[in-house]
Amino acid sequence: MKLELRKIKISDLDFGNEMKVENGKLFIDKEKIISGLKEIPGVKDIKVDIAKPGEKTRIIPVKDVIEPRVKIEGKGSGFPGVTSDVEPCGDGKVNVLSGAAVVTIGDIVGFQEGVIDMWGEGAKWTPFSKTYNIVVDISVEDGLNPHEHEEAVRIAGLRASEIIGEAGRDIEPDEVLNYEIGTNAEETEKYKDLPKIVYVEMLISQGLLHDGYIYGVNSGQILPTLIHPNEELDNAVISGNCVAACDKITTYQHQNNLVILDLYERHGKDINFLGVVLTPELTTLDGKFRTCDYTAKLCKLLGADGVIVSEEGYGNPDSDLVMICSRLEKEGIKTVLITDECSGRDGESQPLTDTASEAVAVVSTGNVSHVVELEKADKVIGDSEAIANLAGGWAGAYNPEDGTMKCELNAVIGSTSEIGFHNASVELY
Amino acid sequence: MSKNILYYVNQFFGQIGGEDKADIEPLYKEEKIGPAMAFDQTIGDEGEVIGTLICGDNYFNEHLEETLKFIKETLDRVKPDIIVAGPAFNAGRYGMACANLAKFVEENYDIPVVTSMFEENPGLEIAKKAAYVIPAGHSAASMRKTIKPMSELVKKILNGEEIKPKTDGYFAQGKRLTVLVEKRGSLRAIDMLMKRLNDEEFETELPMPVFDKVEPAEPIKDISKATIALVTSGGIVPEGNPDRIQSASAQKWGKYDISSIDELKGEYCTIHGGYDPVYANEFPDRVAPLDKLKELEKENKIGKVYDYFYTTTGTGTSVGNAMKFGKEIGKELKEAGVDGVILTST
Amino acid sequence: MATITTISQSVGANRIVPTVAIPYPVGNPGLEAEKEDRLRTDLVDRVMKALTTKVEEPTLF
Repeated sequence: MKLELRKIKISDLDFGNEMKVENGKLFIDKEKIISGLKEIPGVKDIKVDIAKPGEKTRIIPVKDVIEPRVKIEGKGSGFPGVTSDVEPCGDGKVNVLSGAAVVTIGDIVGFQEGVIDMWGEGAKWTPFSKTYNIVVDISVEDGLNPHEHEEAVRIAGLRASEIIGEAGRDIEPDEVLNYEIGTNAEETEKYKDLPKIVYVEMLISQGLLHDGYIYGVNSGQILPTLIHPNEELDNAVISGNCVAACDKITTYQHQNNLVILDLYERHGKDINFLGVVLTPELTTLDGKFRTCDYTAKLCKLLGADGVIVSEEGYGNPDSDLVMICSRLEKEGIKTVLITDECSGRDGESQPLTDTASEAVAVVSTGNVSHVVELEKADKVIGDSEAIANLAGGWAGAYNPEDGTMKCELNAVIGSTSEIGFHNASVELY
Repeated sequence: MSKNILYYVNQFFGQIGGEDKADIEPLYKEEKIGPAMAFDQTIGDEGEVIGTLICGDNYFNEHLEETLKFIKETLDRVKPDIIVAGPAFNAGRYGMACANLAKFVEENYDIPVVTSMFEENPGLEIAKKAAYVIPAGHSAASMRKTIKPMSELVKKILNGEEIKPKTDGYFAQGKRLTVLVEKRGSLRAIDMLMKRLNDEEFETELPMPVFDKVEPAEPIKDISKATIALVTSGGIVPEGNPDRIQSASAQKWGKYDISSIDELKGEYCTIHGGYDPVYANEFPDRVAPLDKLKELEKENKIGKVYDYFYTTTGTGTSVGNAMKFGKEIGKELKEAGVDGVILTST
Repeated sequence: MATITTISQSVGANRIVPTVAIPYPVGNPGLEAEKEDRLRTDLVDRVMKALTTKVEEPTLF
């Protein structure tokens, strides 16, 4: 497969009468987004706002983040199986509004939404303080059940990214990145002496606000499956707005999965990157045993020498994580795990829920209970009071008198990303 | 500006006497005695030992309250900037004295404590949480080698410099703190994997946890007379969540009177942020089966369902908090004469 | 009563009754009401057995 990601660097953002990019500045036609999204079943009302890096702006409660793009050549435009017909993606040319992001907000569906601060202390902890954000506030019709509510906001975010992405259709990119990996046989012939690496990406698959989707299929309904890294880079995998904000893999992070991109960087140099195994994290014990066995088997069948496993969420998926590791290591496959930890606000608790002696190489992406203190914002897009009900917040976490807010990293989008998208780690003191 | 250092030693290093003087009461001298003298020479201009606190090892451990009272009076009077104790080497009672001193200071003052002991000293476990503990040799033969890193560490603390167990050589206090590092996680993972594949040394960022073993309780002899309590970590609370229990990373638990209801359905819901709540909200007894327990009570298969239901949220809740909740709830249930507990988890 | 009993064993729970699924440990919304009720009765009966049985180490019932 060969994918060309053509990056149009976005370095400024404003409203305008038409959707367009001029000299790196993205202009947003509000009405176009609003009318486009109102066609989605269940959507009642849409508001659009913008937030730029460095502004004293707080966005809350954030559900998903999506990168605006348009496919200009090749099959599978949009999000195949979700917003467009099912077609294989991963081949062709995509114009990317790099540096821009759609951020969806609106009434809380569950407890998994989060906060993005565009400046100060809060900005340090989220990768989405550095993007030019188009914030889409979605209200849904009365009477929707929670699953329908979640679906409406999920689709609205994806559609918004397509509508905005169109602005890049005829723009010359600033940078063109090529991603090409052939068949297992071809690559192994080319790179005989290089170690073969598989990336296992775990997807939480546990119901409302806890599902990932692959070509529109709920990940809870699959056996672990192999996909080409290009497919994920080209919109095949999306977020179901799942798990706590800190370690949910937003759609943007699937589109730009840094484990994939960083493995690509080494492909043909010192590794042979064989592909990605997507693994659901299920809610039954039999389900966990089955998927963990199956994941290890796929890696073994591919002939992997080494595997990187990334988790999504914490708690019961820790069990999947260490079970996959045990099975791989017992097959003689060297394994590195990426996870965050729940060491308590004081950092003095055991970091994981489950344990395995084979898990000797683990990257920690931070303690989800680390408390951060956020200053008063000049502008709040959304509702600061929402923090009381979010995972990582609590009643009284927002002080309406002085505008400050306290929360655990739990509530900060992407702060402890377990696909290693951010720079947090843990040190023993 | 030179800072004030208070030094603590036992009767032996305080030059009062050996085992026969281990019962002496605490005393304070405005002198540099024993290790305090050696320490003062290495610290240079940055600090000065203003006095030495001495106590017999037996007295300290057997008369903890009186000793701490004396220490408090001394601290309030001389107001040191930092306290240095030991090194206690592998002397158990001396190590415990240093540890108890550190614990008392940590709980009551904002004064750092630096001490030193051998890795197997029984005082280490308490001391390392309350103080910065430099590793010492087994015996006093390693005095000189130990004093130097102690004074280096004290200098850095007095200068307000950042210290870390790895770089400054003290025993880790066991706190896992979140930091922002230069390399993102994905790159760190690939680096670690390459090291493993090349058979190079690598260091995990998260050593696997070790969990406690708990002695199993005796079985209930006659369950038809037993009082059974229902406890859950599934976040089931009365509608409206009156105690505002967190949806993740719980900081508290709740307790609700269920003596007059036959099921949780209708009055309870879940606020747990870690699972799809639809099925529990439809029928909360799917998470905490109060209805089934009440049936057993009516059929006289159990003596009684305890009047209160206990609940918290399990997801993202630290083991430290979970242990605290467990002890608090366990204590109440024990005092209420409950014979058995059903704990459901999601 | 727990679904992911591997965790219960790791953390040293001594009497473990395996349950259905994380969001509904003591139930199964996929079953007809009557079947679900039978399943739930069975799970609670296992608890009764666990509470009255002597154990030496983490044990599944």
